[in-house]
Amino acid sequence: MEFMTMPTQQAEKPIQARFSPYDMNGGTVLAIAGEDFAVIASDTRLSQGFSIHSRDTPKTTQMTGNTVIGSCGFHGDVLTLTKVIQTRLKMFSHIHNKDMDTTSIAAMLSTILYYRRFFPYYVYNIVAGLDSEGKGCVFSFDPVGSYERESYRAGGSASSMLQPLLDNQIGMKNQEGAKQVPLSKAKAVALVKDVFTSAAERDIYTGDGIVIHVVSKDGITTETFPLRRD
Amino acid sequence: MAATVELPTGGFVFENCQRNKVLEGQGFKAPTAYKTGTTIAGIVFKDGVVLGADTRATEDTIVADKNCAKIHYMSSNIYCCGAGTAADTEMTTQMISSELELHRLNTGRLPRVCTANRLLKQMLFRYHGYIGAALVLGGVDVTGPHLYSIHPHGSTDKLPYVTMGSGSLAAMAIFEDRFKPDMSRDDAMKLVRDAIAAGIFNDLGSGSNIDLCVITKDKVEYIRPFDEANKKGVRQGKYRYAKGTTGVISSEVRKIPIEVVSSNVRAVPMDTQ
Repeated sequence: MEFMTMPTQQAEKPIQARFSPYDMNGGTVLAIAGEDFAVIASDTRLSQGFSIHSRDTPKTTQMTGNTVIGSCGFHGDVLTLTKVIQTRLKMFSHIHNKDMDTTSIAAMLSTILYYRRFFPYYVYNIVAGLDSEGKGCVFSFDPVGSYERESYRAGGSASSMLQPLLDNQIGMKNQEGAKQVPLSKAKAVALVKDVFTSAAERDIYTGDGIVIHVVSKDGITTETFPLRRD
Repeated sequence: MAATVELPTGGFVFENCQRNKVLEGQGFKAPTAYKTGTTIAGIVFKDGVVLGADTRATEDTIVADKNCAKIHYMSSNIYCCGAGTAADTEMTTQMISSELELHRLNTGRLPRVCTANRLLKQMLFRYHGYIGAALVLGGVDVTGPHLYSIHPHGSTDKLPYVTMGSGSLAAMAIFEDRFKPDMSRDDAMKLVRDAIAAGIFNDLGSGSNIDLCVITKDKVEYIRPFDEANKKGVRQGKYRYAKGTTGVISSEVRKIPIEVVSSNVRAVPMDTQ
């Protein structure tokens, strides 16, 4: 007699229902530091999967008369994080009777992010403004607080498209015999509009419009610019 | 010497399935195909059908093609919109199109839409949904105008108005609001345009332009693009590079040695029969 070979029944894995606390809401931020100014911009689309939640939600927040933060990633964390920063800045101004420096805000943000090292804020931040000497400055962050001062930076869903273009156009990378000329405010703003226009062509999470803040010693000016809406 | 070129014998080749499964188990990622996250739609009107499609093809979150054609030719009186895996919709419609042409030659009649529908559904059902083609099939035959939607697993619906793809809900919302039986040609085209536009603006997988195909008893109008839903942004700056910006690492000029044996030019009459 012969044993019949039965198909071995694999035990089904137990189904674990899990709540995911994170989501990705897309969006792109970008900042450029000039000699005595800084430009920071973000698109205004908020999305999830294949749906658009909002066409008019800028991802930039003005923190002081001198500093703007751009944050994208999970919008729930963006809202909480900016609220925490604003509270900390208010406490600082009550204690010291002055606004916090851009450089100090960046250092503080780093500690706020690292405090949540093992349950991070899912947020990509870029801080832009003027430093204590009045020079334009940009700080870029990863979600757990590693940060660096840079002269230009793109973050978020289209960052991998914008950054190489900025390297070429501002950093003058890969150009033989190109001279570094100081970037004017008008050139920086025009470049920001152009790179976002191009990113909206190819990245489905970037579009609808952009908000551009220019930080200088005379204060912060804000302008909007339309992008394609498909 | 062993043959280096393997001639195709027809049908799919599955010989790498086992290997790929093992590789996947070791953590290798299989390449991803282009997906046309799409809005496609069609309606039956007074004397024919209108088919519509957007023109965006995506690869994950990147737009791979800004102006691709999603309305495919089936026969002179039948067209088919495709959503899903781009290669699957393209090849499936091509294969069935050729079967329809052979059928026309055998019977000496124009193919019917129900014939195209049956060929498509039987092919898709055979592959259990692994051919990721979601189709909107429309045309006019001897029995009048017909419109079908065909799902990747092979189920079909015959309806007066249909939508498919990731933008199908946005497009269907427009149809449910404004569709009426026996519409005029212009009203029907406007309605399909608006349905596709709804998909383009509200679904991130759809975008760019709107293509239309109007099929009536003795005429087909393939309008591409019918409408440009989005105007492309205009650049402000100039990005021309000065001459010599690209670095030259090294250069060398070599002469190619040619030995001229003879040179002779004369006219040869063309071979025509």
